[in-house]
Amino acid sequence: MFGKLSWEAVPFHEPIVMVTIAMIALGGLALFAGITYFKKWTYLWTEWLTSVDHKKIGVMYIIVAMVMLLRGFADAIMMRTQLAMATEGSPGYLPPEHYDQIFTAHGVIMIIFMAMPFFTGLMNLAVPLQIGARDVAFPFLNSLSFWLLVSGVVLINLSLGVGEFAKTGWVAYPPLSGLQYSPGVGMDYYIWALQLSGLGTTLTGVNFLATVLKMRTPGMKLMDMPIFTWTCTWANVLIVASFPILTATLALLTLDRYMDFHIFTNELGGNPMMYVNLFWAWGHPEVYILILPAFGIFSEVISAFTGKKLFGHHSMIYASGAISVLGFMVWLHHFFTMGSGASVNAFFGLATMLISIPTGVKLFNWLFTIYQGRLRFTSQVLWTLGFMVTFAIGGMTGVLLAIPGADFVLHNSLFVIAHFHNVIIGGAVFGYIAGFAFYFPKAFGFKLHEGWGKAAFWFWISGFFVAFMPLYALGFMGMTRRLNATTNPEWVPYLYVAMFGAVMIAFGIACQLIQLYVSVRDRNKPENMCEHGDPWNAHTLEWSTSSPPPFYNFAVLPKADCIDPFTEAKENGTAYKAPAKYEPIHMPNNTATGVVMGALLTVFGFAMIWHIWWLAIASLVGTVAYFVIHAARDDQGYMVPVETIERIEAEQHKRLVAAGKIPATATRVETSLEQA
Amino acid sequence: MSNLVTNVGHAHGDHGHDDHHHDSGEMTVYGFWLYLMTDCILFASIFAVYAVLVNNVAGGPSGHDIFELPYVLGETALLLFSSITYGFAMLALYKGNKKAVLTWLGMTFLLGAGFIAMEINEFHILIAEGYGPSRSGFLSAFFTLVGTHGLHVSAGLIWMAIMMYQVQKKGLTSTNKTRLSCLSLFWHFLDVVWICVFTVVYLMGTL
Repeated sequence: MFGKLSWEAVPFHEPIVMVTIAMIALGGLALFAGITYFKKWTYLWTEWLTSVDHKKIGVMYIIVAMVMLLRGFADAIMMRTQLAMATEGSPGYLPPEHYDQIFTAHGVIMIIFMAMPFFTGLMNLAVPLQIGARDVAFPFLNSLSFWLLVSGVVLINLSLGVGEFAKTGWVAYPPLSGLQYSPGVGMDYYIWALQLSGLGTTLTGVNFLATVLKMRTPGMKLMDMPIFTWTCTWANVLIVASFPILTATLALLTLDRYMDFHIFTNELGGNPMMYVNLFWAWGHPEVYILILPAFGIFSEVISAFTGKKLFGHHSMIYASGAISVLGFMVWLHHFFTMGSGASVNAFFGLATMLISIPTGVKLFNWLFTIYQGRLRFTSQVLWTLGFMVTFAIGGMTGVLLAIPGADFVLHNSLFVIAHFHNVIIGGAVFGYIAGFAFYFPKAFGFKLHEGWGKAAFWFWISGFFVAFMPLYALGFMGMTRRLNATTNPEWVPYLYVAMFGAVMIAFGIACQLIQLYVSVRDRNKPENMCEHGDPWNAHTLEWSTSSPPPFYNFAVLPKADCIDPFTEAKENGTAYKAPAKYEPIHMPNNTATGVVMGALLTVFGFAMIWHIWWLAIASLVGTVAYFVIHAARDDQGYMVPVETIERIEAEQHKRLVAAGKIPATATRVETSLEQA
Repeated sequence: MSNLVTNVGHAHGDHGHDDHHHDSGEMTVYGFWLYLMTDCILFASIFAVYAVLVNNVAGGPSGHDIFELPYVLGETALLLFSSITYGFAMLALYKGNKKAVLTWLGMTFLLGAGFIAMEINEFHILIAEGYGPSRSGFLSAFFTLVGTHGLHVSAGLIWMAIMMYQVQKKGLTSTNKTRLSCLSLFWHFLDVVWICVFTVVYLMGTL
């Protein structure tokens, strides 16, 4: 009846796990009670969960990403503590089978459930606004993508209390991840959590490509699109080109595990090395999917806070394109040691080094943008400057690793760990946090507290260097990755320092949480409010509408015929010009279909993990049936009446006058209200 | 194909005065085409896997031993003819002839169902002879590749059945036209994939 599922699956005997679960349960209960007490369920359901508004979906993505950052960081601090304790024969406090699950979960969560939703959230929030669109191409699909991600999140967190998670490392190479060596449900949690959220990511890629190609505001040429939109577009090209490979690979592994196929097995003609190739054919583009949008954020931040046009707008686009194309030609550098031969290794080594050229172009573009600009040292700019220094170091260690000979020494050592944390934290995460502080006022109409933001930056960056520079050294000293205990006394001081660095990052994260609290508390202070929409005096269209933007984004589609249309409009006095007359706007209806399909697919994933076949079939049929019924309604959306638009725009008009953005004499909106 | 696609594009493009319409036909078809490209990469991955594993017979049969070209030729004919009949359904759609659309869709459905029936029969015979996917890496890859295509065709058949019901009930509405255009892309795409399967798996496996 319940497949492999029984009470045995709950790890009652593991105090660490049980305490964690108890805390999550208490937190969840408090949240539930809070929402019920304040009677917010209807609001939550109608305004957020069933929303197809890209801005709200973006905010929900970022909330998920931040919660998962805490979860992934908890894993990180547990690992560092374990390694600081388990030296010279001491076993530490985490048994091996638990430690293995933690490093696997840490990798999967940070890449798939923290970084990906963070980037997707920022993209959702900003890209349609940047191109002057009213929503994405397929708003319902966007909601479905989000709920597919949530399915994955639910499954991976469920594995904490029901069963186990994979003990294979986040790459899950067979034969270790095959049925023979990983007979438990941990690998199946991995497979289904990644499969469902990966499907959502593919749909997001399709959706946003259609959006930027088909929904740009009249006059906006492709090469005039803002850089963040462009880097996201390249990331989306990579998504649609690489995520299907992950989908296929996971499906093949599923067949091996569930139906006794021999695709990646060691016997009867299977080929485990093929998995490694397929995994990185997705996995390497994946890291560029993470970093390119961060590059876009830095570009926006630098040009906004220097008050200058971005240096080399077009070269930025071409450099991102070159990185995307090259990013598809370097996957083999993840396994130089597998034995492809000198010529093949040399090709991939050279291709890898080539990537540093377009990346260098970007770095110089940012520097030249700052050159002779009036740089305002806001927290966003600090993150950007910190990134430029940190990422340059990470890039150089990457070029070092790209030399196959050096890689033979450093493969699977802590040097590799240090390198990719160097580029992912120093590149992607810094970028997302900068983007969070940059776009927060756009989403909510008030700014984040600068002091706490800067404190977070200093803790993060110093903590990062203290935590990961020792790992470079440890790599050279021969310490391999995924060790749960060490015996070499020479490594101990470095492990202590690394642990201390992780604690410093914890302070950085604490500062961010305090920053959120303080900012929300002080949101009504005049110096924090920026509902007029343009807190940074920035260049692109997303800042020309109010904060938060009206649900239709733009009452009239903005005109764009240059790279920084909003700056141009502000300079020639056409910004905030209201039209003589508004037209009704076509908008999509909210729908619960995304939530329901996500919930049903979560059940499906859970049933597959635990081999509850009847439930798997029922939930899959339910999902398809629900979608068909949804589609059969032929919902064409609705028209926003002119009166509603005029009322909302009149409020914005008042705010703009109050903020001194336009003279009080501009009374056109009231006139047209009289006419109405 | 492209002119057919743009024909349905302006199905409900006359409200509002901007050119941004949520889920307007043209955009849906375009988005679906993008999705098909992701599907194409999915198939490409599985083709690559098949190419790597094709000689890993592990002492079991090779393609030469088990494939029956005349049978597969019959299968292929069914699928290719189903593409033609779907094309006629689309022509009828542009003429606004509901009855003809339903007739041609019905023909397509039967041909597609015949293809799936033959494929299931082929799989059944192989498994009954002990040459199931568990026998060798080659057979695993074979069943995966051909089975994935079959799964797509089956999904297309379900979609087609739903569309026939929808057309029967609501007529040739703009959404139905858009969806039939998407299904058309899907169906022809599966045909193209099958030509690759036929060539790479069956022809290269036996000749």
